[in-house]
Amino acid sequence: MKILIVDDFSTMRRIVKNLLRDLGFTNTAEADDGTTALPMLENGDFDFLVTDWNMPGMTGLDLLKKVRADDRLKSLPVLMVTAEAKRDQIVAAAQAGVNGYVVKPFTAAVLKEKIDKIFERVEG
Amino acid sequence: MADITADTTGPGDGQEVGSEIRSLAEDMLKQLENGNLGKAVAMVNDLNEVRDRTLYDEIGHLTRALHESIKNLKIDSIGAGSEIEHATDKLAYVVEMTDKSANRTMDLVDASLPLAADIQGRASALSAQWQRFLNKELKPEEFRTLTKDINIFLQDSAQQSQTLQGQLSDIMLAQDFQDLTGQVIHKVADLVREVETRLVNLVAMAGHIDSITGITHSDLEVVTETEEAAPEEANIVAEGPQINKDSDDVVSSQDDVDDLLSSLGF
Repeated sequence: MKILIVDDFSTMRRIVKNLLRDLGFTNTAEADDGTTALPMLENGDFDFLVTDWNMPGMTGLDLLKKVRADDRLKSLPVLMVTAEAKRDQIVAAAQAGVNGYVVKPFTAAVLKEKIDKIFERVEG
Repeated sequence: MADITADTTGPGDGQEVGSEIRSLAEDMLKQLENGNLGKAVAMVNDLNEVRDRTLYDEIGHLTRALHESIKNLKIDSIGAGSEIEHATDKLAYVVEMTDKSANRTMDLVDASLPLAADIQGRASALSAQWQRFLNKELKPEEFRTLTKDINIFLQDSAQQSQTLQGQLSDIMLAQDFQDLTGQVIHKVADLVREVETRLVNLVAMAGHIDSITGITHSDLEVVTETEEAAPEEANIVAEGPQINKDSDDVVSSQDDVDDLLSSLGF
């Protein structure tokens, strides 16, 4: 299971990475915004994308739209982990095809629950 | 600031000018009624003079008030050493402090976890052996190894616990940024509030100039209208953390997010 973590704050990437490691996912890579993440996704065999929304360059929502528009990436599970907490925004993310949505600050338990749920649905 | 506002928007000046213009106009009307066209035309000049004098007085007042305001805005020395630059530096300091603290904490956790895991692993192994000893299943040489292992483990665990204790209190200390960044953020917030108040005063002054000179801003109104119209077709954009969680259009917890998503068929 290869996971790409996208967030413009290195501390948040580190926290997500550590939480994923505790959940048994050790094969992770990091990117600091959508612009750097997209070529990594296109060229690497990632199984899962965890992304922030508010980032300079390309935002997480735009990255999600690009992923869904790409024939090879469109079925990639995407979990959004973000401080964006407006209803309109969550609806927009859902319409863009997000698989899970976690608002910051979050706990390890919530992250685990969402990831489990996503894979349950993907595999089931 | 109150005195400056009173200076520029005090009703006294306006009323005085108004009555001066009124009496001139009434005079002019009388001259016209009496057929003194020449005198009436000459009085147009007097009117102009009153208007100009008022304008110059007002500009004098406003220039002084503006100067005061700009001085109070603390942006008279934009660039090196200005209050605004200090605020920017302070915010950069907050980012730096929080970054450092988060990394320090995570370094310490990374260093602590293997120690705790080691103690836990060895304790369970020794416990299993000890159980065998209690069940009289141990051979004499196994018992000798066990006592040696227990001895080493007790010494190691005492030392590792001490290290853990030190690392935990270092984690505690790494949270000291909260106090410092909190103070800095309060200061910057105060500055922003102060600058806002003074900008409002500047706007009031500009409004006063407009009312004295009779300037209208039809072009500005157009801008305002388009600005007001914009939100209707606004795109969904990132806004950062929502400070006011009580607002209706903001979810207050992960449960709300889950409810919303399940209502959308997730």
